[in-house]
Amino acid sequence: MSFLVLQQVSKGFGPPEARREVLCGVDLSVKQGEIVAIVGYSGAGKSTLLHLVSGLLKPDAGFVTLGGRVIEGPGTDRGVVFQNYSLLPWMTVAENIRLAVDSVFPDWTEERRSEQVDRHIDLVNLTHARDRRPSELSGGMRQRVSVARALAMDPQILLLDEPLGALDALTRGTLQEEISRICRASGKTVVLITNDPDEGILMADRILPMSAGPGAILGPSFPVVLGPTRDRRALNQDPRFKALRAEVVAWLLGPGARPAVSVSRKLTLPDLEPEDLEIPRPLIGGRRRPRRRSEERRETVDLTP
Amino acid sequence: MKKIHWDAVLMPLVGVTLTLLAWQMISGRTVIRNLADGTVEEVRLGWVQDLPGPLQTWEKTRKYVVEPFAKREELDQGILRFTWYSLVIVAKGYAIALILGTPLGFLLGLSSTFSKMFDPIIQVLRPVSPLAWMPLGVVLFANSGKSANELAALFTIAVCAMWPTVLNTAVGVRAIPQDYLNVARVLKLSRTQTLLKIMIPATLPYMFTGYRLSLGIAWLVIVAVEMLTGRIGIGNFLWNEYNNGLYTSIVLCIVTIGLVGFSLDRAMSLLERRFKSIL
Repeated sequence: MSFLVLQQVSKGFGPPEARREVLCGVDLSVKQGEIVAIVGYSGAGKSTLLHLVSGLLKPDAGFVTLGGRVIEGPGTDRGVVFQNYSLLPWMTVAENIRLAVDSVFPDWTEERRSEQVDRHIDLVNLTHARDRRPSELSGGMRQRVSVARALAMDPQILLLDEPLGALDALTRGTLQEEISRICRASGKTVVLITNDPDEGILMADRILPMSAGPGAILGPSFPVVLGPTRDRRALNQDPRFKALRAEVVAWLLGPGARPAVSVSRKLTLPDLEPEDLEIPRPLIGGRRRPRRRSEERRETVDLTP
Repeated sequence: MKKIHWDAVLMPLVGVTLTLLAWQMISGRTVIRNLADGTVEEVRLGWVQDLPGPLQTWEKTRKYVVEPFAKREELDQGILRFTWYSLVIVAKGYAIALILGTPLGFLLGLSSTFSKMFDPIIQVLRPVSPLAWMPLGVVLFANSGKSANELAALFTIAVCAMWPTVLNTAVGVRAIPQDYLNVARVLKLSRTQTLLKIMIPATLPYMFTGYRLSLGIAWLVIVAVEMLTGRIGIGNFLWNEYNNGLYTSIVLCIVTIGLVGFSLDRAMSLLERRFKSIL
């Protein structure tokens, strides 16, 4: 029985005359407790997909269900970790998490709430930075706060939107392991969005590549057959890791690649067309002189799939 | 120890000295001439004959400055005492402007319908001079007895000083990053919570810019208000001394008004910077 289901979900943006279809009939099902990574090109529509699950966006067609119920809007059963951390800069680490806890558990006693806050700060190893503001933290620490905030809501599903996209490669590696450990320990269902196939393989149970937009779809699902504890250094030599990465990348570059776009402009040589002086010309307004053929700019755009 | 930047201290002093010198040069001076018939005649000489120079100003207005809080008579008080009366009324009017202006700004920023409806009116009312509002204030509060003058003054200050607060708050509300609003939606914050925990803190720096500009205007307006209503204060003092032909006092008032306005602006900008540093 699938926990999170997306069925033939489509989403586009813009007015009808200049509509840009982002997602085109996306199907996805995630089991309870599963960690799924969606890997794809930048701007393909990965975040749009995640926002549909979080309820910040509504699908144009198809539907999204969580535990059998159709998602109508944002809810506290889904914890979201945004790409740019989205911590509130005027609040300390503890206050940021407290805001979430207060909102989700209004019936809890004061002690229980502050215990929940402290436990989750400890979970991401930030007890020493408890009373600091986000501006005093490094990017990696901010993202850990963001994860702690999402987990402190005790959601049924955790949605990570390129959580490590803004970090440097080395911090990224350490944090991948840490977040992966925390997610597994929590036993929650996780949907991870990333543009790095390695990150997906390292953190997830299953990888779904997303084709390049517009009109993105999800590719076949690649199960990650590696064990739950993965050492980055060891993985680099692991033939299963290499094979899996090759498969995912091959799909992304092959069937999922951006359709080749060729733009050609019709070149017209300059002409010497004599002006017809017989045509009366208005003093104000009207064309100043006849339009020449070389001034007609025409573009032909060939979209070859 | 912090290194003192001598340039920052010295250069303004040089500027002030040069200005004083130039002022002294162009201002007029009184010369006593003995006429042929034995009588004595006083004449003003100089480029701008009626402009008192800095030295003359100092000599004539000393008593207002050396005893700044003295109260000799109703119209003969220390300069800071007059300033204090003005500041009190400015503070009241300014408070009214903020109390009315901030929520109005929030409404404009939050609702595009509200903004479309009222923005044109605000843009039309904004450039109206305090001198134009004042008579209306007097008429409106004519029947409120003793406090009529004060109410009219407060009305004028509030209605003139409100607009920067309104407009800056509205801009600030529109500039709240979508990310913060998404957080509010994902955390399922109630409307009040979103307003208190997210919108107001995110708008504070803009609000304070508005507050600073509003305070500047409130201080500008006070002089005009006191001239027209005859309330005791620095503007009124200036007007009386003009009527008495004591031009040195006018210069003193101008300098004082400028210094007070400058101090108010500095104080507000310190506050403003504090709030900006958080974000």
